[in-house]
Amino acid sequence: MVLNNIEKLLEKYENGETSLKEEQVLKNYFASDTVAPHLEMYKPMFAYFLGNQQEQFTKDVPLKTKTIFNYKWISVAAVAVLMLGFYFGTSFGNNELGTYEDPELAFNEFSKSMEMISSKFNKGASTVSYLNEVNKGTSTLGYLNEIENTTSIIFKN
Amino acid sequence: MTQKEFLNIVMPFKDKVFRLAKRLLVSTEEAEDATQEVLLKLWNNKKKIAEYRNVEAFSMTMTKNYCFDKLKSKQAQNLKIVHSNYEEKNTPLQKQVELNDSVSWVAKIIEDLPEQQKMIIQLRDIEEYDFDEIAKMLEMNNTAVRVALSRARKTIREKLTNTHNYGIK
Repeated sequence: MVLNNIEKLLEKYENGETSLKEEQVLKNYFASDTVAPHLEMYKPMFAYFLGNQQEQFTKDVPLKTKTIFNYKWISVAAVAVLMLGFYFGTSFGNNELGTYEDPELAFNEFSKSMEMISSKFNKGASTVSYLNEVNKGTSTLGYLNEIENTTSIIFKN
Repeated sequence: MTQKEFLNIVMPFKDKVFRLAKRLLVSTEEAEDATQEVLLKLWNNKKKIAEYRNVEAFSMTMTKNYCFDKLKSKQAQNLKIVHSNYEEKNTPLQKQVELNDSVSWVAKIIEDLPEQQKMIIQLRDIEEYDFDEIAKMLEMNNTAVRVALSRARKTIREKLTNTHNYGIK
């Protein structure tokens, strides 16, 4: 009865018509010790199939997470540096103007500097006075005109 | 996707990938390399994994194609893959059943089958996939898979019967 069933299954099996469950039945049957002598030759086949199911892949797979360098972050860093530069640059520059707290002291300093400006200015202006000499020179050139007058009279006659 | 999530997806079928690769490439080392390659490819395309409908079937197809490429490049170089170190280490049943020779005959018989039949035997009888899945993995139609499987099983049985009855190898 069981044997009959197995033989039928084997025929189906060879035609590729058995379901996975039926194949399991066959595998179980041939793994047992009570295999009919005329079906012995199937035993190694099913034993091989069962044995091969246990083979495992034992090698490690090196999975590296690639860190992709993002150039966007460079621009972000550059902007940050620029902002810092502006911030510190302006704040340092504005703070030190040399202001005086005391108005009298401020006035004194102011007048001192103004005096200095005027003295220097006068020095510059005094050198300009030499220009008067030039004017003198040109005025003496006027005598030449008189010479021309006299010569013209002579040549007329 | 983190490494852990990826491993959770891959773990259940990595052995199957390895066994299929070994069925086609025969040597354990080559099969290990192939499996590594396939898993790395998956990892590099991890963003797309969510789009795949069936990662397992997809990886099996990838494995098949990768092994075919390997075999083709070997043939083009006119190198025959000879594996002198090839032995069946991982069949603990061998000893239990005391059918040492016969079991390795089965291995040899399967090795002599055409590649397509090898893969189908591997996927059906060892990995126990159903026909639809096999058809998807191998990019074949359902009946073609059945026909090839039936042919492969008959060949194995014939050769086994011969060796069993007459002791011919």
